[in-house]
Parts: sequence; structure tokens; C-alpha cells
Amino acid sequence: MRLIARRVMLYVVTAIVAITINFFLPRLMPGNPALAVLGKAQSAESPQAVAALELQYGVQTRTGIWGQYVQYWNHLLHGNLGTSLNAYPASVGSLIRAALPWTLGLVGTATVISFVLGTLLGVAAAWRRGSWLDNLLPAMTFFQAAPYFFVAILAVALFATKLGWFPPSQGYDTATLNPAFNWAFISNVLDHAVLPALTIVLASVAGWIIGMRNMMITTMDEDYVLLAQAKGLQRRRVIGYAARNALLPNVSGFALAIGFIVSGALLTEIVFSYPGIGYLLVSSIGSDDYPVLQGIFLIITIAVLLANLIADFAYALLDPRTRQEA
Amino acid sequence: MPRLLRSPKILTGLFLSVVFAVLAIAGPFLAPYSPDSHASTTIGIAQPPSAAHLLGTTQTQQDVLSQLLVGGRSTVLVALVAGVVATVLAVGFGVAAGYLGGWADDLLSMLANIFLVLPALPLLIVIFGLLGKGGSPNDLLIGFIISATGWAFGARQLRAETLSMRSLDYVDSARIIGERRWRIMAFEILPNLIPVVATSFLFTVIYGVGTYTALSFLGVINTSHWSWGTMLYWAQNAQAAQDVHLEWWWFLPPGLAVGLFGTGLALLNFGIDEYVNPRLRSAGLTGRRARRAGLPRRSRIGMTPVLPTQGAAR
Amino acid sequence: MSGQRTVAQGTLATPDPPGAGALIEVAGLHVDYGFGQDAVHAVVDVDFSLHRGEVLGLAGESGSGKSTLAYAVTRLLGPPGLITAGQVRFRGSVDMLSATEHELRGLRWNDIAVVLQASMNALNPVSRIGAQFADVLHAHRPRMSRAAMRKRSGELLEMVGIPADRLRSYPHELSGGMRQRVLIAMALALDPAVVIMDEPTTALDVVTQREILQELTALRDRLNFAVLFISHDLSLLVEIADSIAVMYAGRLVELGPAGDVYRAPRHPYSLGLLGSFPPMHGPHKRMQGIPGSPPDLRTPPAGCAFNPRCRYAFDRCDADPHPPLFALGDGRAAACWLQDGTETVPEALAGKTGVRP
Repeated sequence: MRLIARRVMLYVVTAIVAITINFFLPRLMPGNPALAVLGKAQSAESPQAVAALELQYGVQTRTGIWGQYVQYWNHLLHGNLGTSLNAYPASVGSLIRAALPWTLGLVGTATVISFVLGTLLGVAAAWRRGSWLDNLLPAMTFFQAAPYFFVAILAVALFATKLGWFPPSQGYDTATLNPAFNWAFISNVLDHAVLPALTIVLASVAGWIIGMRNMMITTMDEDYVLLAQAKGLQRRRVIGYAARNALLPNVSGFALAIGFIVSGALLTEIVFSYPGIGYLLVSSIGSDDYPVLQGIFLIITIAVLLANLIADFAYALLDPRTRQEA
Repeated sequence: MPRLLRSPKILTGLFLSVVFAVLAIAGPFLAPYSPDSHASTTIGIAQPPSAAHLLGTTQTQQDVLSQLLVGGRSTVLVALVAGVVATVLAVGFGVAAGYLGGWADDLLSMLANIFLVLPALPLLIVIFGLLGKGGSPNDLLIGFIISATGWAFGARQLRAETLSMRSLDYVDSARIIGERRWRIMAFEILPNLIPVVATSFLFTVIYGVGTYTALSFLGVINTSHWSWGTMLYWAQNAQAAQDVHLEWWWFLPPGLAVGLFGTGLALLNFGIDEYVNPRLRSAGLTGRRARRAGLPRRSRIGMTPVLPTQGAAR
Repeated sequence: MSGQRTVAQGTLATPDPPGAGALIEVAGLHVDYGFGQDAVHAVVDVDFSLHRGEVLGLAGESGSGKSTLAYAVTRLLGPPGLITAGQVRFRGSVDMLSATEHELRGLRWNDIAVVLQASMNALNPVSRIGAQFADVLHAHRPRMSRAAMRKRSGELLEMVGIPADRLRSYPHELSGGMRQRVLIAMALALDPAVVIMDEPTTALDVVTQREILQELTALRDRLNFAVLFISHDLSLLVEIADSIAVMYAGRLVELGPAGDVYRAPRHPYSLGLLGSFPPMHGPHKRMQGIPGSPPDLRTPPAGCAFNPRCRYAFDRCDADPHPPLFALGDGRAAACWLQDGTETVPEALAGKTGVRP
């Protein structure tokens, strides 16, 4: 359990660092973007909004930097991420809350599929060295090196535009349907989710395959695998023992990869105009909606930290050696 | 050395990487047009490849090939800068943390872990989003900023390697005879870390390409600053892939360029991995000659293969 | 035993004829690592046999091929290992080299078991000890009930002096000595005829070493299994082995009853090895190691593999090919041109006890 405690501490510190960075960045940038934001706001927004923004960005207030910092934390702990510039008076929180479920659903399922598929294929590739699977590797390498959004573009070009099998954009048919708990809506959502999910899986699975394969090859050289073979156990069991041990570094690798996958998923959403966080991100970039940008950064950071924590738990569960009071 | 060059992975990787490196240097000189110039102001649809425009044009009649060549320099340059700076940081932090131990290690490790866990792209988006309003940053600066998010992974690996080397005999003897710590780090430990440093460098360059392309694609980095990502930004803006006419010559080249560059580097990485870790090679047992001699196609675990011979041994 | 020369002149040593109780017979075995021009010849032309109840010590330095030989015999050698020639027979009837996977798996552990060196990863780190006993019991005795398996596992542990409640432990919770004992107990689970022991005491401290050797001897007296004991420590082998086979550069260079080989080696390499062990008693002597180092198996020397380091080397040693094993009577054999019956044997190699440089 000491291991988990140390990791939690790391995440807490990281969260604090992220929040602090978020606070200081607009104040540190050359050209003082805070002023630029306010300049834009003053022409378009009500005086109250401007006042709120001034507070948020620390311009023309009487409280010093430390006071503003404390206030920032105060707001955060009350769940107040600020107000959107573009969609005023909508709060940042409400915008994110609307978009988050789409992203979570997409990224969640795609990542799980990718991890499971990649791990199984990696085990198979190591078990049957010299088989056709080895030829798969260079192709997989390309998909991993190509940016997520390019794979997305390819997917749209091929499956949506050229072949017309799946819709090229959006989370569901906004023109004809309203969100409801009926099959028509759900099947439509699934239909729209196939290509984005496929993109994320294609772009990330190669990493798991190659990682698991290499780990398996190293593991299969270990003494206990030799012992299992010497015992005359069925081949499937021997591979199982090796795979169970080889899985461990990949679980911790999973934690590392989450940050990348989330970033990639955001980019994918953009190509598909999928109504998740990614889409919100790019529209706020285009409209210089800084409060939303910063809010998204915080939410993503926290989500990634949580995912890391879950992965650490899983690792501790899987490896009995960590339970030793070192 | 020669063994290193015999691997097909390394050769392909080297070839691809060199091609792109040359492109980076010579790109702008080879471009037939300026990437910004419009061939015509009356046509509103992207033109497919033709004699005048080998890779076709964009919607606003800009030459795709020129954009690709000019953009190549920016992309490769930023990636290289990011790679070099991040690797230098990784070596500095990693080796120091591994060798010095104690509180220095704790501090540096904490720092590395924080940067490792912080999601890079969102952070960079915020940074560049804010930065962009003050003026368009140049390639070097972009590379520097990207490297700040990419050094942590290499630092961790190098720290682990250094730790395992610290207790080796020849390092101990250097310490006993009184060699100064930085000298030990530089002359005893570092030379043996070269394969890890090489892998880390390649990995970070791939990361740099991907990240820079993503940032340009998002429009966070000035969209008039040509790079492959920027091309994709404009292509997506004009819905080149969703358009019924499928303007493939617009989005395919830059995407493929990024993909192939990354693949080349990744193959190099695999090649180095196989060289360093001989278990990953198959030592000729699965090759064609072996199969012709009668050896089974797949190596079966737990069954040492037996070479079929004509008569039994004496 | 004075001034005698070698007896059986010029005859080649052959394995015992089948039916003489030989459990394992190896003839002309060649094992390579890799295939093609880069192949390394790890085991070259080895013949030996192991009889019921016999303890055969396989001695040699690191890289001599002793582990490769032992694992190749049971086809357990991992990639890139490759058996390129030879014959291996079990109980005179099973051809190990052409047996199917199914047949081999039936043999494994049931008839031939292995005791590995108890390194950190010799046992599966994520699995409890009890489970690691149960899986092999289940694989070979599928109708055994879980309670019966637990009982049997407990008995096996107690046989090596470990309390049965340790079945619930993980390997990292045991000390090195305990892990080694667990490996031994596991090997005996199905009452095998042969146990291959790969440096079982090398990683342990001297006191534990002694204890384990004593337990091993007691177990063997009780259960009467044959042992192929691999070790680089000749003096250890003398205590436990009936016969000793010395390997060098992938070849068998000397073979004979343990005591005889120890007191009066017939091959210059064995002589050199034994000369490297300081005796506990007697006058102080200047220690002599063997000059030089073992050959790179990718480029072995011409002629006899030991000749560059041999103090008795003469013109035949690099002109003629590597000598075969010559039978020297009384079950002894040595692969040295000096022993082929036509050369004058130096006193030290003449088989007289107590004569050593």
C-alpha cells in the first residue's frame, strides 16, 4: 500500500502544479493575453462580465497576486471554472459537462478495445514467431507514427465519403433526432461512433502489440517459463504464465500512454466534428475563449491523473511483490 | 558495426530518415512555387495533380507540392530541435538523478514524474494559444517549448540505466581512485548509455513531429507558418476528405509525409533495439535457408528443433 | 598401481549397450546456437549414458556446454538452440529427438525432472507455491482431487524440511535456500527416474550448500532416482557423484568414476582444474591455474580444443583433429592424443594417485 500512497502524493502534487501553471500562464505570456481577452470582452460583454473576467485574470484588482491565487483555488474547489467568453453567459463548467460524456464514452471504449486487442495480438506474435503476424508489424508501425487525425481523415475519406458505410461527422443525426433513451437514438449514436473509435484503435493498437510482443519474448527466456515447460504443462498454460508476467510492465505503460491517447482522441473528434471535449477545444481556440481552454486543460489533467491512479491500483493487484512491506 | 547495417529494418529506417533530412534542408530550394502564391483567383475548387502542379492545388489554388517542400523544413527542423534539447535535458536529469542518488534523485525524479504525467498536448495548446497572440513564434522557440514536455520519458529510462551501472566494478574503481563525480558521469557512465540515448533521441523526434503537427493542425500555431500540420489544417477546414470529390492530393501527401518520417525513425529504433537485445532477433532459425534445411517454420516453445539428417548418427 | 600405462590401447569408448539399465543414452550429439554461417557449436559430438540410480556429475567452466547438453537431451533448449546431429534414447526405446510434443510432455517431470538454480525468477513470481505444485500434479495425474494434491504437496515440502503452510506463500517471501528446497521437492513430486540438477547450490552460502547436499543424498538413497548433476565445482561433485564427465569447449574430454577422476585425472584439462583447488591439508603449494581462457566457440582452435592452453601439447595436438574419447579401462576415458595407446604418457596423467605437479 505504500506504493499507492506515494503515487497518490505524486498525483496530488502534479494536480497542484497543473492548477498553478494554469493560474500563472495568462499572466506570464508576452503581450499580456489577459488584456487582449479583456479588450475583446469590453466591446462585447456586459460590465458585470468584464468585472468577473478582470477578477479571473487579475487585471485592475486591488488584491495582490497571492490573494488572487487563493481566490482562484477557492473558485476551483467550489467547482467554478469561470465563464465562457464565446458562449456567455454559459459557465465553462456547463459546457464541459455537456461534452464530457461523449469523449469519455468514445475514449473509454476505444482504449479498452485497443489495449485488449493489442495485448492478445502481441502475445500471439511472440508465441508464433516467424508466422504471418511478423509481417504485420511494419504496417502497424506506420499507423502508430501517423498522427491520429490523419488516420481519422483517411477513415473518413475511405469509409464515409468513398464507400458511404458510416456517417462522416457528428455524434448523432442532429437534424432528425433528439437525445432519448430509445433504440433509434442509441443505434444512431453507435453508428456515428464506429469511425472515430476505429481511428483511435488503429492509431494506438500498434504500440500495445509491439510492447507486449517484446515483453513476452524477454519473459519467455525466464527460468520459470523453462520450468513450466520442463513440467510438461500444456503449451497454452506456459504461454499463460509468461503472458501474465509480461503484462505487468504493460499495465504501467498503459498509465503513461493514457495522456497520449487522450490527446489523440481529442484530435480525432475534431475531424469528425464529434461533440466531445476535442471539438469544444478547437472551437475555443478559434474564438480565443481562454476560460474554456484553461478549464479543459484542468479537466483533462485531472482525468489523466485519475486514470493513472486506476492503472496503479491494477498493477498493485496483479503483482504480489508490491504488497511486500519493503 | 557491419552487423548493425545488415538488418533490413535499420536500412529502411535509415533510408527514410535520410530522405526526409535532405528534404528539410533542400526543401524550399526545390519548391517550384511559393507556397503562399495563388495560381489563380477565379477558380474556387482544388485542382487534381497536373503537369503544372505535380500534386495539385488547394482550394485557393496554392501549389500543394511547394507547400509540402517548404513545410517539410519547418516540420523536420522543429522535430529535430525538440529531439536534441529534450535528449540533452533527459541525459542531464536522468544521469544526475541516477548517479547522485539521495535527495537530488528524489527531487529530480519528482520533477520528471510530474512532467511525465501532465498531459502534454493540452498544456502546449494553452501555452501556444496564449503565446500566439503576442506574435508568431519561430521554429527554434517552438522546438524548445515542445522539448520541455518531452524530456521526462528519456530521463526516467536513463536514470534506470545509470542506477544499474552505478554499482559496476569499473565505476567503483574510478570512484575509489578519486575521480571527480562529473568526470565519472561523463567518461565512464555516459559512453555505455549511447544506445539508450539514441533510442530516446529518436523517440523524442517522433514525439516532436507528432506534437508539432497536431498543434499546427489545431490552428494553435500560426496558420500562415507553413508546416505539414498547417496543410492538414487548411485541408480539414475545406473539408477535403468529406467533400464528395475527395481531394486526396491535398491531405494525403502531408499526412503520408509525417507517417513515413515517423515510420523511418521508428524502424531505426527497432533496429537499435534488436541490436542491443539479441533475444529479439531470430538468429537465422526462421529464415528461408533454415526452412529449406527442414526446420519448422515457427519456433515452438518447449521443443528444441532437430535438424533432419539422412542417416542416424553413429 | 605403479608405472602402468593405459590399458585398452586405441579403442574408442562406446556407450554401454542397452539393457544394461541405461536410462539415458546419448550418442554423437551436436547442438548449435543459430543456423547458417554464424552458428555457434555449443556441444560437439558427445556420447554418454546415465544408468538407473547413478549420479553423474557434469563438470566444466561457464560456456563449456554442460547446461546446453543437459537441456538439449530433454529438448528443453530454448531458441536459438538447434540439435544438428546425434541420437538420444530414453529407457532404450523412446527416441527423444523424433518424439512428438505429446510424447515428450508425457515424459517430462513424470520420468525426467529438472531442478533449476534458485534464482529470483526460478519460480513464477505471481503464483503461490501451492499452485505451482498443483499445476504439475494436475497435468500428469488429472484425476487427483484437490485435497489429495494439497496433501501430497505438503508431504513433499516436509520431505525437504519446509513447513507445509508455506504452500500459501509467494516465491519472493522465501529465502534462497528455501526456494532451492522447494524446487527439489517439486522435482520429486511424480517420483521421476531421472533428475537433472543445474547448479542447484551455486547461488547459496556454504552452510546451506552443505545442508542441501546432505538432504539430496538422503533423498536419493531413499527414492533411488538417477541424477545428472551439473556444476563447475569439481570438489563438490566428488562428494556426491558416482561418475564424473568433464566438458570443455562443448566436448566431453574425460569420463570416469568420481573418485578415480579426482585422485588421478587422465586429461590435461581435468588435471589443470584439480590443480586449481587448494587442498586443506598437506604442505603449502604454489597454485597453478590454467593459463589463457576458454576458446571463443565461434572460432574454435584447429585440432584439439584445449591445445592452446595445454602444457603437454605436442605436434599432433594441432595437426590432427580433436581427439575422440579413448577407453582407458575401469570405466575411464579421456579425449587426449597422449592417451591413444601409442604415445608416452606423462607421469601426472598416467593414472597414478597422488602424483600431481
